[in-house]
Amino acid sequence: MSELAIDVRGLVKRFGDKAAVDGVDIQMPKGQVWGFLGPNGSGKTTTIRMICGLLLPTAGEGRCLGYDIRREAANIKRRTGYMTQKFSFWTDLTIRENLEFVARLYQMPNRRTRIDDTLETLGLSDRQHQIAGALSGGWKQRLALAAVTMHQPELLLLDEPTAGVDPQARRDFWDEIHRLSTKGLTVLVSTHYMDEAERCDRIVYLAHGKLITQGRVADIIAESGLMTFRGIGDEVRALAEPLRHQPGVEHAAYFGAALHISGTDRASLERAITKTEHKKVAWSQVEPSLEDVFIALMSRTGGDRRSHG
Amino acid sequence: MSTLFNSFARINAVFIKELIQMRRDRLTFGMMLMIPILQLTLFGYAINTDPKNLPTAVHTAEHTPVVRTILTALKTSGYYDLVLETDDPGDSDRLFAAGEVSFLVSIPAGFTERLVRGDRPQLLIEADASDPAAASNAVSLAETIINQALRHDLTGALAHLAPTAGPVDVVVQRRYNPEGITQYNIVPGLLGVILTMTSVMITAIAMTREVERGTMENLLAMPAKPHEVMIGKIAPYLAIGGIQTVIVLLAAHYIFAVPFVGAVWLLLVGVSLFIIANLALGFTFSTIAKSQLQAMQLTFFFFLPSILLSGFMFPFRGMPDWAQVIGEILPLTHFLRIVRGVMLKNAEWMDINTELFAITLFTIAAGILAIARYQRTLD
Ligand SMILES: Nc1ncnc2c1ncn2[C@@H]1O[C@H](COP(=O)(O)OP(=O)(O)O)[C@@H](O)[C@H]1O
Ligand SMILES: [Mg+2]
Repeated sequence: MSELAIDVRGLVKRFGDKAAVDGVDIQMPKGQVWGFLGPNGSGKTTTIRMICGLLLPTAGEGRCLGYDIRREAANIKRRTGYMTQKFSFWTDLTIRENLEFVARLYQMPNRRTRIDDTLETLGLSDRQHQIAGALSGGWKQRLALAAVTMHQPELLLLDEPTAGVDPQARRDFWDEIHRLSTKGLTVLVSTHYMDEAERCDRIVYLAHGKLITQGRVADIIAESGLMTFRGIGDEVRALAEPLRHQPGVEHAAYFGAALHISGTDRASLERAITKTEHKKVAWSQVEPSLEDVFIALMSRTGGDRRSHG
Repeated sequence: MSTLFNSFARINAVFIKELIQMRRDRLTFGMMLMIPILQLTLFGYAINTDPKNLPTAVHTAEHTPVVRTILTALKTSGYYDLVLETDDPGDSDRLFAAGEVSFLVSIPAGFTERLVRGDRPQLLIEADASDPAAASNAVSLAETIINQALRHDLTGALAHLAPTAGPVDVVVQRRYNPEGITQYNIVPGLLGVILTMTSVMITAIAMTREVERGTMENLLAMPAKPHEVMIGKIAPYLAIGGIQTVIVLLAAHYIFAVPFVGAVWLLLVGVSLFIIANLALGFTFSTIAKSQLQAMQLTFFFFLPSILLSGFMFPFRGMPDWAQVIGEILPLTHFLRIVRGVMLKNAEWMDINTELFAITLFTIAAGILAIARYQRTLD
């Protein structure tokens, strides 16, 4: 039995003549929490669907929990919990009825107590007879998470579980993911929130269907060889355009009120700063953030074509 | 054995979920119960009652006392309302097309003279039988009405002209529909029509709803096999079909006084098979349709030939060959033979087993098609 929970090579998925996923390799060991990052439309959902046997790859091979993703989807489904991006439980059933359906379908023993326990753990006991459709976004996500983990899968595939959820609920959700992980689950979480990447053991970054980079957050930052200067001041915005065109500046981007410029060569970055000298702006070198790295990586691989929809 | 048990457990899971959803969808649930009542009222009364005072045109070449007797008799029978007189014997097409009258009674020249001679002259009644049930009673009673009326007139010297055969030869031309349908055919037939419409539609919608709401992705990600989803999903609607059957049979008995001479169990076997056939077809439609709207359209696309070519609207043997071939494929055709056979003619197992077989064959074909078309992936 392989030690890799997910082992896919050269995955391609075309819709018409458009490649939504274009040659993705992922080797993910068991027992870790991996982040699956990338802007909207980069192919995260499509990749996850191929991994759990819901879409047939146009090309490429792979195994999930040791089972062939093309031929052994039934085995994969029994051992994975897949939480869809869009809430896909039954909105005309109550919370409890949804869980009961799942429990019956997976033929779980001690159904009643198991559901009671699950409801208890999630703090949904009081609301168990509420119609699922009437729940707020955060509660829906908790219900979905409960439902996809109840059959004790070995692998969890969570597709943007925290999109549109308030910050507190997001933190709670991540605590839950880590709790599950310490119990031995392997978790792949897709997200487009950069700050969530920091909570993962490793990340995979996808853009335009292509795998841009993967690894530990610190390693990815180190390997990028990127240096970042941070400018703070009232009129910092005026500098973005001129700085962008200076040699050696790979990108200039706002982080809150601050402007970050990044590049691989310290001398040219400093030259650029001197050249665009501005009295009201103070510069200091900072550790590049993951986002700086991604923006730079994206521009190296053919420009940022991300669309926010 | 254990795989069978596992399979049953998953079917049960889908079944219970569907049952809850069905119960919660008040509108659909109510509709399923209202449709039989509505259709019984509409079809049952509109087609079945014995309509009287139907507008009638008269063309008569002579105005003799005998002719007057005949016309009066027609009028007092209550079936014919003599609304207009026409000079043109070929006027029926225009009058029928315009919907002005339902009958044209023609009394040719020399009628009275030949009657007196004992020649049994012809009296022509042309009937607009496009609404066959409406015309049937009026027409079938015409000869009796006329001849009985004349029996009073033909007394004295003419008494010898009142023989048992009837002095007048009433010739009836049913236009647009050569065979009439009797009243009893309609209500049992309605059972089939109602079950076809609702069963096909409800399952067709039940599955496309999963696709439209995005719950299909979830269902596919869980370990239920296509046939398990199918059986689990259609089973609750079998119960609905059962309730509808009870409603129609009660109405048939208490409201329309339709006789029931055959074996109830045999009819129930037929009804069950027939409902399953329609549910399976609905499931097949749901694997083809991309939306609930398309599912509805497919249902009506199927419903129309079912109603027209099954022998419900028009007598089956009166249809052209090609229509009969299509009709033989439709489960409703076979069900109508079963339900009419069992209820009205005391048909037994041997009489209807080929019909049951045909419905079973249809079910298997629809089931195989459904499972073949059932999307195992989101592709
Ligand atoms: N079923 C589909 N048919 C056609 N195009 C699709 C389909 N699913 C996804 N796509 C396209 O593939 C690309 C990747 O989509 P997706 O995997 O959903 O990205 P992400 O989850 O990263 O936002 C997008 O451009 C999307 O429009
Ligand atoms: Mg997505």
